[in-house]
Amino acid sequence: MISIDDLHFGYSEQKILSIPQLEVKESDHLLILGKSGSGKTTLLHILGGLLSPKGGKVLIGETDLYGLSGTQRDKYRGQNIGLVFQKAHLITALTVQENLLLAQYLSGTAQDKGRTLEVLKELNLGDKANKKVRKLSQGEQQRVTIARALLNRPRLILADEPTASLDDDNAKIVIDMLKEQAARYKASLIIATHDQRVKDQFELQLNLDTP
Amino acid sequence: MNLFSLSWSYVKDKPLNTVLNVLLMSLGIAIILVLLLLNTQLEENLGKNKRGVDLVVGAKGSPLQLILANVYHIDFPTGNIKLDEAKTLTRNRLIKSAIPLALGDNYRGFRIVGTNHDYVKLYSGEAEEGRLWKNNLEVTLGANVAKRLDLKPGDEFFGAHGMSVADLTHEEASYKVVGVLKSGNSVLDNLILTNIESVWAVHDHEEEGEEHEGEHDHETEGEPAYETGFPEGDEDAEITSMLIQFRSPMGAIQLPRMINANTNMQAASPAFETQRLFSLMGIGVNMIKSFAYIIIVIAGLSIFISLYNALKDRKYDLAIMRSLGASRGKLFVHVVLEGILITFLGALLGFVLGHALVEVLAGYYEKSEEVGITGLVFVNQEWIVLLLSIGVGILSALLPALNAYRTDISKVLAQD
Repeated sequence: MISIDDLHFGYSEQKILSIPQLEVKESDHLLILGKSGSGKTTLLHILGGLLSPKGGKVLIGETDLYGLSGTQRDKYRGQNIGLVFQKAHLITALTVQENLLLAQYLSGTAQDKGRTLEVLKELNLGDKANKKVRKLSQGEQQRVTIARALLNRPRLILADEPTASLDDDNAKIVIDMLKEQAARYKASLIIATHDQRVKDQFELQLNLDTP
Repeated sequence: MNLFSLSWSYVKDKPLNTVLNVLLMSLGIAIILVLLLLNTQLEENLGKNKRGVDLVVGAKGSPLQLILANVYHIDFPTGNIKLDEAKTLTRNRLIKSAIPLALGDNYRGFRIVGTNHDYVKLYSGEAEEGRLWKNNLEVTLGANVAKRLDLKPGDEFFGAHGMSVADLTHEEASYKVVGVLKSGNSVLDNLILTNIESVWAVHDHEEEGEEHEGEHDHETEGEPAYETGFPEGDEDAEITSMLIQFRSPMGAIQLPRMINANTNMQAASPAFETQRLFSLMGIGVNMIKSFAYIIIVIAGLSIFISLYNALKDRKYDLAIMRSLGASRGKLFVHVVLEGILITFLGALLGFVLGHALVEVLAGYYEKSEEVGITGLVFVNQEWIVLLLSIGVGILSALLPALNAYRTDISKVLAQD
C-alpha cells in the first residue's frame, strides 16, 4: 500500500538517515520508534508529503508522492492522507463542525454535513458539533483531530505522537480509536512515538535509534 | 465553508481588533466622503446657478461679494447703481440681454428680489400654483419659501428692510402672493420675486413716512416692466445690479474693462469669481483631505500590524490548512481576503457615517438648504474611494499573506 524506495532524509545537515526499502500493506500498522530528535517526525512528514526528502521515492498505491507538483501533492494529501498530531491543532475561530467542513473544502471534496456528523458520532462527539473548539477538553480536541483525519476516508493515517500529551486513560482511548477506525476504513496506520504505553500494541516496528 | 466564510470567522474571532481597525478606516473614509459630497454639491449648485450669466454689473466693491450677493443671494449687496447708467450700458452691441435686479428687503429671512420674468426664464422656472407677478406689490414665491413660511396665493405680508430677519418692517405697503414657483433646485426656490417698481414703491412709502418728504417720489408711469427690460424711473432711480449675457465671446474681453474703467459701476464674471472662491477654499479642503488620508494610512498600518501579529499565532492554523490540502495560493488569498473584509467593512461604515454627517450638518445649518446640500445623494467619485479602501486592504494584507504563502508546514508542525 505504501512503499519506500531508497529514501534519504535528514533532520539536520550532519545526520542523514536512509531507508533502502520498506512496505506497509493495506490495513497494516507500523510504529516508528525513536528518541526525540531521532528523525521520526521528519520521516512522518516525508510520508505525508509535507517535506521533500533528499532522495528516493515514496509510493502510496501507484502514486509517486514527490512526482506530483506542490499543489497536486497538497490536494492528494487532503484527499488520501489523514494526519493526527501531538497537539490538537484545530482552527479555534471555528466550531467543531466547521473545522470538519473546512477539511472537506480544502481537500476539494464535497462538503457533506451528514458525513461530518457521522464521523463525530463514531468518535462520541455527536453532541459537540456546534461547540467552539476552545470549549472542548484536551482529550475531546484530540478526538476531533482524529475525526478530521478520518473524514475523507483516507488510505493512510499518519499520527505523530498522538498520545504524548494525554493521560493513560485518554492515551488508550486514542490508540484504540485509531486502530478501530483504521480497520473500518481499511487504511494503513503509521504512528511515530516514543511513548512506551503504545509500544506493545503494534507488531510492525521501525526503530530509528538503532544505528 | 469557503475561503470567504473562513476569513470572516477570523475577522469575527477578534472583535476588538476588528472594531478598532474598522473604526479607524471608517473615520478616514467618512471625512473624505464629507468633503467630496460638500465640494461636489457646492460646485454643482454654484455652477447651475451661474448658468446663463456671463457678467454681473453692480456697484463698486468686492467682485466676489457682487457675485455672491446677486447670483447666489448669500452675501450682502455692494450698493446700488443708477438706473440710467445701467440702461445706457445695455445699448452696447456686445450685450445680448440684461436682467435688472433690485435687492434690499426680506421677509422672514427670505430675500425679496425686484426683477422681470426673464429672471425666472433664466432658471427655467415655472409657476406651480397661481401665476407670475404682474402688478405692483404682487409677488411670486420660490418653492422653498412657500413651504417654509406656509404661504399660498392670496396671502399678504409686510416686507422688512435689509437682508436679515430682525430689521425694520415696512408696515405701509403689504405684498400680495399671486403664485408659487415649482421647485427647480436653483436660487429661485429661496427667493420672493416681484417687479422692481414694487421694491421702489415700498421704499418710497417708508421715506415718506419717516421724512415726510415727497422728493424721492418716483411714481411708476405706464405699464410696469414685469416681463422683460427695464422699468421707467426718474433720474434718482436705482437698481442693485444687472445680469448680463454676451452676444459674442468678444464681450468677455471688452466689456469688463470698459465698465470698470469708464463707469461708476463694477463688472464681475461669475465663472472667474467662483473659481477664485474654490481655490481659496481649496487650501482648507486640501488640508482636511490630507488629514483624512493620513488616517487611512494609519488604518492600513493598523490592519497590517494586527494581521502580522495574528499570523504568529496562526502559523499552526495555516500549516494545518496546508496539511488538509490547501494550496499556497489559497492561503495567500485567505489572508488577503481578511484585509479586504476589514477595510470593506470600514468603507461601508464610513459611507454611512459620511452621508449621515452631511445630512445632519445640512439639517443643522439653514443656509445649506439654500445652497442645496444633502447627504442623500451618491457622487460618482465615491466608487473611487471605495476602491481605494479595498486597495488599502490588499496592500496591508500583502506582506502577511506572503508570509502565509511561504509557511514551511513541516517546520511549523515539528515545533510542537
